[in-house]
Amino acid sequence: MFDFYEKVAESKIDIVYLGETVCSKRKLLRRDDWLNIAHQLQGAGKEVVLSSMTLIEANSEMAALKSLCSNLEFMIEANDISAVQLLKGKPFISGPAVNIYNPHSLNVLARHGLKRWVLPVELSKTALANMQNNKPRNIETEVMVYGRLPLAYSARCFTARSHNLPKDDCQYRCLDDPDGLLLRTQEHENFLVLNGIQTQSAKTSNLITELDNLITMQVDVLRISPPSRHCIKIIDIFYNALNNNYCVEDANKQLQELMPEGGSCNGYWHGVSGMDNDSSPQEIKVC
Amino acid sequence: MNNDINNKNKIELICPAGNLPALKVAVDNGADAVYIGFKDDTNARHFAGLNFNEARSIQGIEYAHQRGCKVFLALNTYPQAAGWKRWKQAVDLAQKLNVDALIAADMGVLDYAATQYPDLRLHLSVQGSATNTESIRFYYENFNIQRVVLPRVLSLKQVAQVAESSPVPLEVFGFGSLCVMVEGRCLLSSYVTGQSPNTFGACSPASAVQWQDTDNGLDTRLNHILIDKYKADEPAAYPTLCKGRFEVSGNTYYAIEEPTSLNTIALLPELQSMGIAAIKIEGRQRSPAYVKQVTQVWRAALDACYKNAEEYVPNEQWLQTLHSVSEGRSTTLGAYHRPWQ
Repeated sequence: MFDFYEKVAESKIDIVYLGETVCSKRKLLRRDDWLNIAHQLQGAGKEVVLSSMTLIEANSEMAALKSLCSNLEFMIEANDISAVQLLKGKPFISGPAVNIYNPHSLNVLARHGLKRWVLPVELSKTALANMQNNKPRNIETEVMVYGRLPLAYSARCFTARSHNLPKDDCQYRCLDDPDGLLLRTQEHENFLVLNGIQTQSAKTSNLITELDNLITMQVDVLRISPPSRHCIKIIDIFYNALNNNYCVEDANKQLQELMPEGGSCNGYWHGVSGMDNDSSPQEIKVC
Repeated sequence: MNNDINNKNKIELICPAGNLPALKVAVDNGADAVYIGFKDDTNARHFAGLNFNEARSIQGIEYAHQRGCKVFLALNTYPQAAGWKRWKQAVDLAQKLNVDALIAADMGVLDYAATQYPDLRLHLSVQGSATNTESIRFYYENFNIQRVVLPRVLSLKQVAQVAESSPVPLEVFGFGSLCVMVEGRCLLSSYVTGQSPNTFGACSPASAVQWQDTDNGLDTRLNHILIDKYKADEPAAYPTLCKGRFEVSGNTYYAIEEPTSLNTIALLPELQSMGIAAIKIEGRQRSPAYVKQVTQVWRAALDACYKNAEEYVPNEQWLQTLHSVSEGRSTTLGAYHRPWQ
């Protein structure tokens, strides 16, 4: 884990979101370890954001959230509205699971210190364009452009269930599968991924062919949700595509080779089923 | 809140009304309040042939109010910029119709309603995903919500903890179709069909369903994705996508959840002692016959529990009735019961 973040510190990435957002039981690193990594990344010139948990139920989870939100050193990514409440007007970033579907909601959160928001993954480029035209000034926009989509959260741990274990005795079996457990249909089609209490898409959302549109729409930040392998390579591909070192078509080819099992999708961006993949040639920049 | 089992907190019974006949049987059979939605995507049961236009709303509200029953309006989906006007008009109409509460989820909608109509009572919908007291406090302080409907993901102990510290009373689901995921944060339906509860007001919409006869029985699909396979003698369930049989690590099983309904009738004394304000029955998409049966059972159960919580035991006939109208003819305590998780 520490080696990984050393490589991230040396990478071309500008912003790093740190911390566990799915399961409060996964304590691979202690709070002090996270803060050490945060300082190391900051020292390497990265903007560091501490991410909060998405589903806050137990008192222990709330206590951890309170402690996180009392940190004055780093910006917090609020993944639940409780974090916004606890931050009491301090600047924050809203994560993709905070439901901001219209400019009115963006205005409400702007009054509470919102600095940057992440487009909910089920919204389309049309919805984004409307938001960009009507958002409050000085609020930055971030769009997830690469990674398996976070689709749902539950009280139930589906990984533990797959091992016939109760959540309270999960034996941390999710750690055996760093990219989650593939859920297939009875026709062996890769469909979803079980990541503890979170359900993800089996397909990797990939908007690299939309870079020009994202730039034209004045999106400020592109988010990569990395798989367990090839994170630095994926960063490099996006960096080179953004800086016109590669044409988008080549970059896309390279990304396809690095993807985890399941293929790719971009349906949400086009306003259709999220699992769809529109690879019509007119969308791909001609090299 | 009081944890004494004899605490005489009277729990309200909130029943679903997908149309006027359902509303009438809910009122006639003892609902304290009914909840309805308009005929469009402003509510989370946006199904063909369901819901109320303005004229039907007036009739329904009059019928209920004349009989001492309240009417709540669900306006609990998430508008996007292009559709904003529809949600705004729905809030205006709710105010004009004199509904007893507006059940909303979106911060923009809540802000508009709270600013424009400070006297309009607001409840935070289950689609608002408030699972803890700090989230509830946010909605209370910003929009003056007067009640919150809890997502079906908390254990009974966690519900008690929220009840103790919440600034507003809680409404919890008692019976009906079970969402396994935190409501308002489940995009599985739009991932497969392009339409989700948040954006369209429907999960696994009927327009995307295919029932396909096979040599061995029946396949159910959602936008061509195989949700389940049934043998000829096996009863087939509606292909709600989280309730199909899928393959994980070589095993084929209900990887997320079985077709089953939530039933918390056995928990009533505990819910009453926690000071829970209301029990919500799911099922605006169900028939008036369902609404009648379920309302009758829950009215009797709530009255029995209120009369004597210590000796309250769910009546066998109630259980049979609920069982007979349950999804997959089975019921569960869901997340309230920790081992389910």
